[in-house]
This record gives sequence, C-alpha cells and structure tokens, in this order.
Amino acid sequence: MLGWRLEKGSSPLWMRALIPVLSILATFLLTATLLVFARANPFAAFYFMLVEPLSAPVSALEVLVKATPLLLAGLAVVFAFQAGYYNIGAEGQLYAGALAAAWVGQLTFAQTTPALIMIPLMLIAGFAAGMAWALVPALLRTQMGVDEVVTTLLLNSVMLYLINGILNAYWLDPVTFWPQSPRIAPSAEFQVIVPGSRVHFGLVVGLVVMLVLWWIINRTPLGLRMRAVGLGKDAARFMGVNVARMTLVAALVSGGIAGLAGVGEVAGIHHRLLEDISPGYGYSGIVIATLGALNPFGAGLAATFIALVDVGGQSVSRQLGIPSFLADVVQATILLVTLALLLLTRYRFRKVAEIAHGT
Amino acid sequence: MDQTLIIGLLAATLRIATPILLAGLGEVFAERAGVLNLGIEGIMALGAILGFVVAYLTGSLWAGLLAAMACGLLAGLLMGWLAVTLGLNQHVSGLGVTLLASGIALFFFRVLFKGTANPPQIDPFQQVSLPALGVIAPIFEQYWLTYFAFLLVPLAWWILYRTTFGLWIRAVGENPQAADTAGVNVARVRYTALAISGVLMGLGGAFLSLAQLGTATFGIVAGRGWVAIAIVIFGNWQPEKVLLGALLFGGVEALQLRLRAIGLQVPYQLLLSLPYLATIVALALAGRNASYPAALLKPYKREE
Repeated sequence: MLGWRLEKGSSPLWMRALIPVLSILATFLLTATLLVFARANPFAAFYFMLVEPLSAPVSALEVLVKATPLLLAGLAVVFAFQAGYYNIGAEGQLYAGALAAAWVGQLTFAQTTPALIMIPLMLIAGFAAGMAWALVPALLRTQMGVDEVVTTLLLNSVMLYLINGILNAYWLDPVTFWPQSPRIAPSAEFQVIVPGSRVHFGLVVGLVVMLVLWWIINRTPLGLRMRAVGLGKDAARFMGVNVARMTLVAALVSGGIAGLAGVGEVAGIHHRLLEDISPGYGYSGIVIATLGALNPFGAGLAATFIALVDVGGQSVSRQLGIPSFLADVVQATILLVTLALLLLTRYRFRKVAEIAHGT
Repeated sequence: MDQTLIIGLLAATLRIATPILLAGLGEVFAERAGVLNLGIEGIMALGAILGFVVAYLTGSLWAGLLAAMACGLLAGLLMGWLAVTLGLNQHVSGLGVTLLASGIALFFFRVLFKGTANPPQIDPFQQVSLPALGVIAPIFEQYWLTYFAFLLVPLAWWILYRTTFGLWIRAVGENPQAADTAGVNVARVRYTALAISGVLMGLGGAFLSLAQLGTATFGIVAGRGWVAIAIVIFGNWQPEKVLLGALLFGGVEALQLRLRAIGLQVPYQLLLSLPYLATIVALALAGRNASYPAALLKPYKREE
C-alpha cells in the first residue's frame, strides 16, 4: 500500500514561505466563529483589521507608532530567550523604564537642560530601571536556582500595583484627580520624525537596538557563548562558558531593552506616566519574539504585523462595534497556529510503501 | 490584636486561599505529569468570566460553575494538544493559551454587556456554617467551594500516592521512557492530568466571580494564577505543602486588608503588592530544595 509519511528533514523553501499565509488563513477560520457569535461579517472584520489601516497614510503611520514599543519588547524577549533565560517580565520592566523616564523628565533641572543631554539621560534612566527590575529574578535564578518564569511574572503584578500606588499617592493631579505624573520637560520629549504623525524618535532607538542585537548575537564571541548557554547549559559549561554570568548578562540587557520601550511611550507619546501606558506590550513581546524565530529582524517584521493587528483591532471596533479584544484573540491564535505549522517545516512528506511490521 | 480581629483574619485567609489552592492543585497534576501549564492565568479568567456570563444568562450559579469547568477542560486539552501531541515549547504555548483564553473571555464579556458602565451583579453562592464553638464559629462560615478545595488536598494526595493512576502520573513526569516501556500510555496520562488541571483552574476562577464577588471584572484574576504556580514550586509539588503555600498567600493578603482598614500611612496599592512579594521571598527560601519533576518541560517522543 502506498501512503504519505512524515519524515525528519528540512522542508523546501516554498513551504516555509507559505507558513505565514497559512497561519493567517487558519486564524481567520478559527476566529470567524467568534465574529459570527458577535453578529459580524468575518470578511468585513478581517478587512478592517488587516487591510483598511494600510489604505490611508494616517493609520499606516499609526501602525509604526504601535510597532515602536512592540519592537523593543520583542527584542528584549529575543535576547533573553536566545540565552535560554525565560524572561516573562518585560511588562514590569517596561513600566520600570517608563517610571524612571517620567521621574527624570519632570525634575526641575530638566526644564533648563538641553535635549542633547536630556534624551540620552532619559534612555539611560529607563535602561537602568528596566535592568534593576530584572536584577532580582536574575540573581534568584543564578544564585539560588529559583525559576525565573514565576518570579518575573509575579514581579509584573508587583510593578502594576507600585505604579498604581505612586500615581495615586504622590502624583495624583490635585485639580482633576487623575492618577498621572506631571508633564515631562519639553527638552525630554522625543522628536516626531515623520511630520504630521506620532511616529517618534523611539522608532529609531528600536531600529538601532535591532541592528546592535543582530550584530551581538551573530557576530560576537559574547553572542556565541550566549547561544551556547541557550542550546544547553551543560554543554556550554563543558566549553568553558561561565553560564551564571551569561545568564545574568542576558537577563539584565533584556530588562534594559524592555525599559527602553517604556521610555519611548513616556517621552514619545504621552509625555507623562499613566496607569495604562502599556496594554500588555510586554506579553506581546513574547509573541513577537516567537513569531520572529528569535531573530532580531524577524522580531521587526513580527512587531509590525502585531502592530497592524492592534491598530486594526481598534478599527474593527469602531466600524463594526466588535470588542477590540478581538486583536488579543487573533494575536494568540496566530502564535499557536504558527508554532504548530512551524513543526511541519522540520518534516517533509514522502510517499512511501507501507511495510507490514511485526508489531 | 484582639480576638475578633484574629478570628476575622483566619476566616479571610481561608477564603482568599481557596481559588489559589484549587488552581494550584490543578497545576500539581499537570507538572507532576511533566507539563508546565502556564495557561493557568487565562484559564482562571475564562472560568471566572464565562462562568459568570453563563450564570447571569441562565440564572443558575450551578450552570455557571459547570460552564467554567467545561471551559477549563477544553483549555486543558488544548494545552495537551500543543505540549503533548505537538511537543511545542511549554513556556510559549502556555502563555499563548493564557492570552487566548483571557482574550476570548473578555471578548464575550464585552459582546454581552456592551455599553454597561458597571458590570451586572448576581446573587452569589452563600456561605454555609459548620457547627463550631462560640468565638471560633466565624472561621467555619465559608463557601462550600472552600470546604471542597480543602477536602481536595487529601484526595489529591491519595490519588497521587495511593492509586495506580497517581503512580502513572508521577512515572510519566519523572521518566516517560521507563513508563512507556512498562506499558503506560504517556500521552493519555498527560492529557488526563492536563484535563484535571484545567477543570480545577476553571473552578478556581469561578470561585472569584460566583462566590467571592458576585460579579466579574476585567482584571478579576489579577495574577493569582502566577501565585498558584509559585506555591506549587514552594510546596515542592506535594498537595499538603501547596496548601501551606496557599494559606501563606491568603494570610498575607488578609493581613494587608486589615492594615488598609486601620488606615496605615502607606498607599494601599503598595500593600496590595505585599502578598506577591511575600510569595517571591517564600520561593527564594524554598528554592534551594525544589525537586522539579525530572521530565518537566520535556516533550516525549517515542523512538521509532
């Protein structure tokens, strides 16, 4: 009898190129049930989600605005995951960066300090704060063997309460009673880089970090050692790599990059700290890093796509009255479907004659 | 502290420990079988919100509870398909399940309660009191789900250590090859353990909306799922020690509520973060002795 069999071996390139198309198609079919339940036309919904935002310059540029924090959050996750450190705390580290940026930006000296000094200061403060928030789980991991997944997740909740407390107790607006920090000094604000839009300097920061990370991971001894740790700790140790130090470096740099995402939201968009400055960018970072196959450029593409889904989710919500949570569902479904389909690229179908085994 | 305060503290501790204990016991089954179920936070949200939606629409708390368990079951099986059948990275697929489950829950919540500023209220499960003496009587005024959760601890212990099924679970979590050789169906045992974990997580979520609050809100689970995972490590994957972890978290949270009530000069949001910090400290203290199931995070593929 002739049959098809899955065998190990890399698949042809056309099949790998087909994966994103198949993922989107499968996600469409799976989420269509939700849309039908909400009495909406799935075709219209996906048109407004994936096509309409790109049809006008204003909304297309808004995709880039959204992509900025997503890219940085994704890169943070890429860097940690490459070293086998499961940093799920990008959300908290992002808020730590935002908090530091908002604090530095509203200090009295900021008003009289030129942007040339203030902007690097904001970036450094945010990076350092993200690193600081990543330090405890990293030390617990390297010194005491405590699982970083759990500690970083718990610290996300702690950071949200902390931000909430600080805004309500110390920065509560005495007139409006809005829990928000004072406005940062104009010299601390990121420049808009595309006139007439909200696309800001943070995107440049994201692209620079993307290039630097690609270079570190693929072209330096540090990157090589890091990836060795990610592939197998025992083998890396045998190669003479200081595993604990590599893990610590990966964790701290990852936290710092996530902190930069927070700086961008404060300095480039809101110009102050708000409670809901991130609608889960840190968690989306995990989706983006995975879809981008832990490659910095892949993360760039994935961040743009997830940003499109986010902006499109708002557009569907406005046009068809569908909850914008559709974007979350689409994001998660794309992640899971792509993960499943990527398995196929590790196998190939082959026509074989089935041999009757004795089993 | 006076007597009534302590009694109140103890009663609150048991109540707050309930959802974390339920979800934590579920996670014990999954991890003992070798699969980390990071879908926990989302599955709890699904149970809390969809359980509430169904209870609201049908007018029956029991229907809501059943729906929460059914949703948990499905999510557990999805986790099984991803982690067992496909053998995907358990961290990423678990977080994917969390994103998916909470996204679906919030989507339905919004579709059904469109435009209502305040979430609707239902009459939640009432507390039942066990006969107890005088001053300590208030400790035993709890929801029946709380009693159920505490009874589950010896039951889970018995299943894990005294039944063949429990032996299989521990075997596939420690050494799937050996279990397979001995004729145990590794995939089926892991699927079953994940199904149990999903049902208990859904139930834990439903406790929040159908008993404790009588309503559902967007951030209803608020990281309790992650706490449940932490207490499983803290409890060294043993039901009785997981109970200890749940009581510890519940105790700190209950204490935090009392500190707020007496008007401590600290923003209350900082007090809210105390139980999470205490959990991290407890984890660090227990961390050195953690003995992870040997096959945790490792997909099993039969050699062909």
